[in-house]
Amino acid sequence: MVNTQTSIGGLTLKNPVLVASGTFGYGDDCNDLVDVNKLGGIVTKSLSSKPRDGNPPTRIVETPSGMLNSIGLANIGVEKFIKEKLPILQALETAIIVNIAASTIDEYCTVLSRLDEHEGIDAYEINVSCPNVKEGGLSFGTSCEMTAEITRRLRAITTKTLIIKLTPNVAHISEFAHAVADAGADAISVINTIVGMAVDVKTFKPKLSTVTGGLSGPAIKPIALAKVYEVAQAVSIPIIGIGGIMTTEDAIEFLLVGASAIQVGTANFIDPAAGVKIADGLRSFCERMNIDSVTKLIGALQSKKELSIVHSWL
Amino acid sequence: MIQEVCPVTSNNVVGSNIFVLSICSPEISSTVQPGQFVNIKVNERTVPLLRRPFSVYRVNGDNLEIIFNVIGIGTKILSSKSPGDVINVMGPLGRWYGIDGGYETALLIAGGLGVAPLPMITAALKRKGGKITTFLGARTSDQLVCSHLENINLATDDGSVGYHGTIVDCLRSWLGRNNHARFKIFGCGPNTMLKRLSYLAQEYNIPCEVSLESAMACGIGICQGCPVEKVGNEQKYSLICKEGPVFNTRTIVIE
Repeated sequence: MVNTQTSIGGLTLKNPVLVASGTFGYGDDCNDLVDVNKLGGIVTKSLSSKPRDGNPPTRIVETPSGMLNSIGLANIGVEKFIKEKLPILQALETAIIVNIAASTIDEYCTVLSRLDEHEGIDAYEINVSCPNVKEGGLSFGTSCEMTAEITRRLRAITTKTLIIKLTPNVAHISEFAHAVADAGADAISVINTIVGMAVDVKTFKPKLSTVTGGLSGPAIKPIALAKVYEVAQAVSIPIIGIGGIMTTEDAIEFLLVGASAIQVGTANFIDPAAGVKIADGLRSFCERMNIDSVTKLIGALQSKKELSIVHSWL
Repeated sequence: MIQEVCPVTSNNVVGSNIFVLSICSPEISSTVQPGQFVNIKVNERTVPLLRRPFSVYRVNGDNLEIIFNVIGIGTKILSSKSPGDVINVMGPLGRWYGIDGGYETALLIAGGLGVAPLPMITAALKRKGGKITTFLGARTSDQLVCSHLENINLATDDGSVGYHGTIVDCLRSWLGRNNHARFKIFGCGPNTMLKRLSYLAQEYNIPCEVSLESAMACGIGICQGCPVEKVGNEQKYSLICKEGPVFNTRTIVIE
């Protein structure tokens, strides 16, 4: 019997597989196609204090093994979420992690306080790193002081698990990890999308309406792994690994370099059941390898000279 | 709506670089409505990464058909499929054309492979016993796919067949001669055509529904990647995959 549980701060997940913000709606859109209760948890679409329309088309461009998006945090706003979506989420038997995006520090605080008045939310993931909005977003996430300040302010007003989602679009992500850990974050999500661009050679125009967007999908997995590895060397709080995870093997790689949980993102667009399949796959992998707890994979990366041990597993 | 791996039953060339691919899916075939689409993963690889949306062209027993022009990597791969191959299909998706309603004659109009939803609309109208006039345009005659349609007027940009000009101009000239019945327009094609069609419909005060094409990631309203601007203030955009792809032209701004 494999124990698939893992912990993010004070939050215990039934398995390490979460679905990433913006790739699973508010958690009630995919119920036809997938048993969401088999997931470790759901991270909701980013919420802001007021509804946001998002960016004009074109918002999506496919690239080799990846996609660029420039959605612009289109969302229904916190009040409509509380009224219409939260009651549905409260009935689910999986962890509910609400993602918050904002243009000012005060807005982050307002949204979190409003949500904190209600039952059924297990944790908050703070988006300080959206590359597709004019104000806030990446301008917060690329300032170490600002990221730390947001963390401190939110830490002061909630006792729930507080996760900060970091951008890879900085020179040294570990500095940011240090800063948010010192400011009281319970965990860190690594990574958000990478700024990218595509050009239409027929029209000489950028393919996205906002010129640049966020790159996701298998193309970014090696970068994401390196960032998770870097952060894992730097801090002791749990890390949630994100970036191009499509298969069970991908998820295991992230656990081995130090992630305590992972998020499946772009894969949901191709198969909304991808997360559940990966959760099942992790269990089978552990059974096959005689590993009694998924947590034994976390940070179990072997140095090169110890590779013979790994080979004896496979 | 379901997601399943379906066998290919046939794949035929029906025009210049144009294919009709038939896939066996009893469940989707028995529930799909005119104007709905399926979202297809053309292979199991990460290139191309995303599914590709296609209007359902026709239902034939347990089989559903899609029609496509070979343009990019996804359609190139689909063109090489043969019976016995399998593809992953999600569907049926989106909102469909409103077949019922107070009109005497349905005007079906398509530009290029905008013809895709027309055979299913035609079949539904014939079951209902309604009158149909079809307008089909393309750049050249070898891009016209006229099967499974009724009472067809053709137009080509090069004048090689039918009316010499755009299909919207062809409809305009026809309406000039036939503006006496109560009509409803069912359109599909490139946005430039649909924009002109919506003006024409407004000018003649004819109800008009069109199916919009868009790149999509998920096809089910999750990624928010396929917005179209909406008329009115409450919410700026509708999602083509979920609130469309079929829209009343009065409710959207076609760019």
